[in-house]
Amino acid sequence: MNSHTINGSIRILSSEKIDVRYVAKLARIALTDDEVERFGTQLSDLLEHVDALSRLDVSQVAATAQVVESRNVERPDEERPCLNRETVLTEAPQRQGGFFRVPRIIAE
Amino acid sequence: MELFERSAAEIARDVQGGTVSAADVTEAVLRHVHAVDGEIGAYLTVLDDVARAAATRVDERIKAGEKLPLAGVPLSVKDNMCLTGTRTTAGSKILEQWVAPYTATAVARMLDAGAIPIGKSNMDEFAMGSSCENSALGVTKNPYDLTRVPGGSTGGSAAAVAAFEAAIGMGSDTGGSIREPGAFCNLVGFKPTYGRVSRYGLIAFASSLDQIGPLTRTVEDAALAYEAMSGWDPMDSTSIDREVEPVSSHLRGDLSGLKIGIVKEFDTRALGDEIDELYDKAYHDLEALGAELIDVSLPTADYGLATYYLIAPAECSSNLARFDGVRYGLRVEGADVHDMYEKTRAAGFGPEVKRRILIGTYALSSGYYDAYYVRAQKARTLIADDFRKAFAQCDLIACPAASSPAFQFNAKSDPYSMYLMDYYTIPMSLAGLPALSVPCGWITPPGGDRPMPMGLQLTSPLFTEKLLLGAAHAYERATQHASKHKPAFDAVSGR
Amino acid sequence: MSETMSAREARGPHEVGGAEARPERRFEAVIGIECHVELKTRSKMFCGCPNEFGGEPNTNVCPVCLALPGALPVANTAAIEHMIRAGLAFNAEIPAFSKFDRKNYFYPDMPKDYQISQYDMPLTQGGVVRYWLDDGTMKECRLTRIHLEEDTGKSTHAGSGDGRIAGSTYSLVDFNRAGVPLMECVSEPEIHSAEEAVGYLESLRRTLQQIGVSDVKMEEGSLRCDANVSIRPVGSTELGTKTEIKNMNSFRSVHRAIESEIERQIAVIESGGRIVQETRGWDEVKGVTHSMRSKEQAHDYRYFPDPDLVPLEVSRAVVERIRAELPELPPARFVRYTTQYGLDVKQATQLIDNVALALYFDEVVNASGNAKQSTNFVLGDLSRLANETQTPVHASPVTPAHLAELIALVEGKTINSKIAKDLIERMWRGEGSPKAIVEREGLAQTSDPAAIEKFVDDVLAANEKSVGEYKAGKTNVIGFLVGQVMKASKGKADPQLVNALMKQKLES
Ligand SMILES: [Mg+2]
Ligand SMILES: [Zn+2]
Repeated sequence: MNSHTINGSIRILSSEKIDVRYVAKLARIALTDDEVERFGTQLSDLLEHVDALSRLDVSQVAATAQVVESRNVERPDEERPCLNRETVLTEAPQRQGGFFRVPRIIAE
Repeated sequence: MELFERSAAEIARDVQGGTVSAADVTEAVLRHVHAVDGEIGAYLTVLDDVARAAATRVDERIKAGEKLPLAGVPLSVKDNMCLTGTRTTAGSKILEQWVAPYTATAVARMLDAGAIPIGKSNMDEFAMGSSCENSALGVTKNPYDLTRVPGGSTGGSAAAVAAFEAAIGMGSDTGGSIREPGAFCNLVGFKPTYGRVSRYGLIAFASSLDQIGPLTRTVEDAALAYEAMSGWDPMDSTSIDREVEPVSSHLRGDLSGLKIGIVKEFDTRALGDEIDELYDKAYHDLEALGAELIDVSLPTADYGLATYYLIAPAECSSNLARFDGVRYGLRVEGADVHDMYEKTRAAGFGPEVKRRILIGTYALSSGYYDAYYVRAQKARTLIADDFRKAFAQCDLIACPAASSPAFQFNAKSDPYSMYLMDYYTIPMSLAGLPALSVPCGWITPPGGDRPMPMGLQLTSPLFTEKLLLGAAHAYERATQHASKHKPAFDAVSGR
Repeated sequence: MSETMSAREARGPHEVGGAEARPERRFEAVIGIECHVELKTRSKMFCGCPNEFGGEPNTNVCPVCLALPGALPVANTAAIEHMIRAGLAFNAEIPAFSKFDRKNYFYPDMPKDYQISQYDMPLTQGGVVRYWLDDGTMKECRLTRIHLEEDTGKSTHAGSGDGRIAGSTYSLVDFNRAGVPLMECVSEPEIHSAEEAVGYLESLRRTLQQIGVSDVKMEEGSLRCDANVSIRPVGSTELGTKTEIKNMNSFRSVHRAIESEIERQIAVIESGGRIVQETRGWDEVKGVTHSMRSKEQAHDYRYFPDPDLVPLEVSRAVVERIRAELPELPPARFVRYTTQYGLDVKQATQLIDNVALALYFDEVVNASGNAKQSTNFVLGDLSRLANETQTPVHASPVTPAHLAELIALVEGKTINSKIAKDLIERMWRGEGSPKAIVEREGLAQTSDPAAIEKFVDDVLAANEKSVGEYKAGKTNVIGFLVGQVMKASKGKADPQLVNALMKQKLES
């Protein structure tokens, strides 16, 4: 799958297959071979529908990240009560003392 | 009329007036829930003890002279909203056992107004779906026909309110998740302007679209619920610091002086003769109430679905990253931390959630970001602009809430056909507009033997909830569609 | 440690030519430094948990910084203002518009599995760090960017004995630090030696500390830095392949690590090898860098604007208010001290590193108009007394006005330096105005020749033996005789006058 620039606007080409394994790795979801196949087809189908967007000329349009415009919503630098540690750690899949315990971390 | 069948307004008035106690209402509702919910499946967790304690507290507060606008009103809370000490699952295996240590602002406000939390209701996993069939934790049936879905993603709260298991259902609407189940279950399903109701404590699906709102059996109840739950919250940067006008005391009786836009592009003839006639009738009823109907155009609304299915998955792919087996929720052990992540998320998420995470991850990934995500954000601008232009000509826009009545289980096997269910509701979500679905008639679907409700969707400009609910109230009062048929739970409860 | 590149290269294995050749630089190092600085605020970046170092693990946490389902961030005003403050201190531009973005990647000590950061519209743009070297040379290094983000929690790698990630079998995570406001500050590759790198870091540290945005303590982790190091032939303008050096825990290890890495890269090139782009860890004990991970797999962070936060508009009024509040910054102070006041590098640096003392010093100079004497007293007697009594100079009873008075007394030869030394001790003990003490106790220096002559004559008369020794050639007894005069005058006689008169009498 590639994007190309035609007349200054980006055209989406959905003819190529999505690299589902790469995407699943980024998303940290283990997939079976079956799922790779099935999701691959479904995602390609969806992208074909989404491809309709390439018909819109958006070259002069600003992106909307948030629809209701507000600015500078900040909070004063004040402390608020924390959660009780036992409450927090009770939910931990695995704990050791006051810590969350995780399997060995492999440097990427 | 049974206690549990009363509207929120009636219950609140009676409890406040002392003619009935919150405890009595709560016991009646809990009894009814235990009788029917085994078949309906609205709730994932029924909060008997929490509800009783809350009722006691409300009765004390009333005795102490407090005025509580929702005194004793039974409330169904969608299970993606946190309530301290209760299991909050978002309909997912990954949170199946998670107990929230804090309460969502909107829920806290409802409880503060006197509402009684009866239970946490079923939903499509992480609010992704339009039938409630994507719940990993239970099946919810449509109270009007148990072979059909209640709609989604707020299927549980919709079924609960339709089956009198609550008077108000709290839902969240990202692309139609309040309005569509509202239509399917003969309810008023109301999504306020984005930012009106705090999202703090609402488990995020797509942050720029998610909005909490009520499902009720009357417009008046929706107005009461809206007044209680809305307003600025310092804990949510996207909540709007803007006064919420009183609504429930300003509901109107007619539509005189209002211009209502009928969207040229939303041609209901495509939905079949019967549905086409039903909406024609609905539009004429609006006219009969004094409104002037005018044609408006939303030329880019047709791109809503494509836009939505890029933006929502992109945001969800990031929002759902935190479900990683480290701090809470499900963990499947692995050889190392990445193996643990992959196994946990593979086991914890259902197929629809995985699909959306994958598509969103892809849309944000290097090389595709501009082609997909940024482009969708630009399309979003065009869609919002279309509404702005339309609202220069009219006060409200009327259109269908869904393209069909509730369908049968397993009817939509291919994901895209399910996505199409949100065709009419997504554009308003993208534009952040307030919109609601109000009952507008009954259709007996092909192959069905019971009439199923249909919903009329009304939309108005940003922050005009008062206008919107007022107009819906006038329509509801004049047409009385909701009361034409009763839900099918009588058979279930064996009454 | 202070050995310069060129000095080290002069005897390194990379000299050109044979034994007789003059040492010449063949390679130039190109270094860029990336710092993460924790900002000093009461609460965290997006929640109200305390921003404090240490504490029992997982006690400073809440739904927001633990990324519980449903929790949302709200930005801390103080952190945003700190960024503007830092930007202005480094002469960066403060754009009118800024926003937060999400940087998506999974890591167990990052609760949301994305970091709220700033991608294409940070709060500040550009800027330059001015710094100085031990010889007083001023240098500059431009900043690529400064942006605001949030810190991660801390992982302790366990099960292997030595606490390192390699070989550990599991890790323990503490989220107390998660969500602490963090400033990332990336320099252009404009640094060319380990010494310059340390100079840059020192200036960055002093500036951030003095404008109050951070404690900048490397030992507590509130300053962490990595260095990108490459080499190229002198004269070349192309950049060589760089390595990223991590795990440097002090400025001293930054210096050693960079030197060692430059040396390693030169050795690789000279033996015909190629530098591999990789991350290398600094081994403090062995004094070498070692490969941590080779050829970074390209990260795909999927940055996008955080939909939970709204954009920031930075008003010019706020920028100007913050600009007006900025104190004099270390580089400017350094230039003023060394060029206007004639301080040496060490003295100037000593003052700059102690802002309270520098402010005190400035007041003394202003009041006395005498930079040299001010330096002597402030860095001499007062600093000594401060050390001995563990009381900072500015908190002592010696006010700048009193010290200026003392300087005037010395300059006007009203008192001599011995009395001055005595006075400053008494002022330190709280006796107040030196002028008042001098007047009260008649400590003014005696420069009346007649009075001094009387003292001298008396001493000569009383010490005939010493006079004889002097005349016999043992001229150093004059010190003893002068001392006797000073003693007799209770220290008030002008020692120079005494000396001259004594010599005259002895040799007549
Ligand atoms: Mg960073
Ligand atoms: Zn916190």
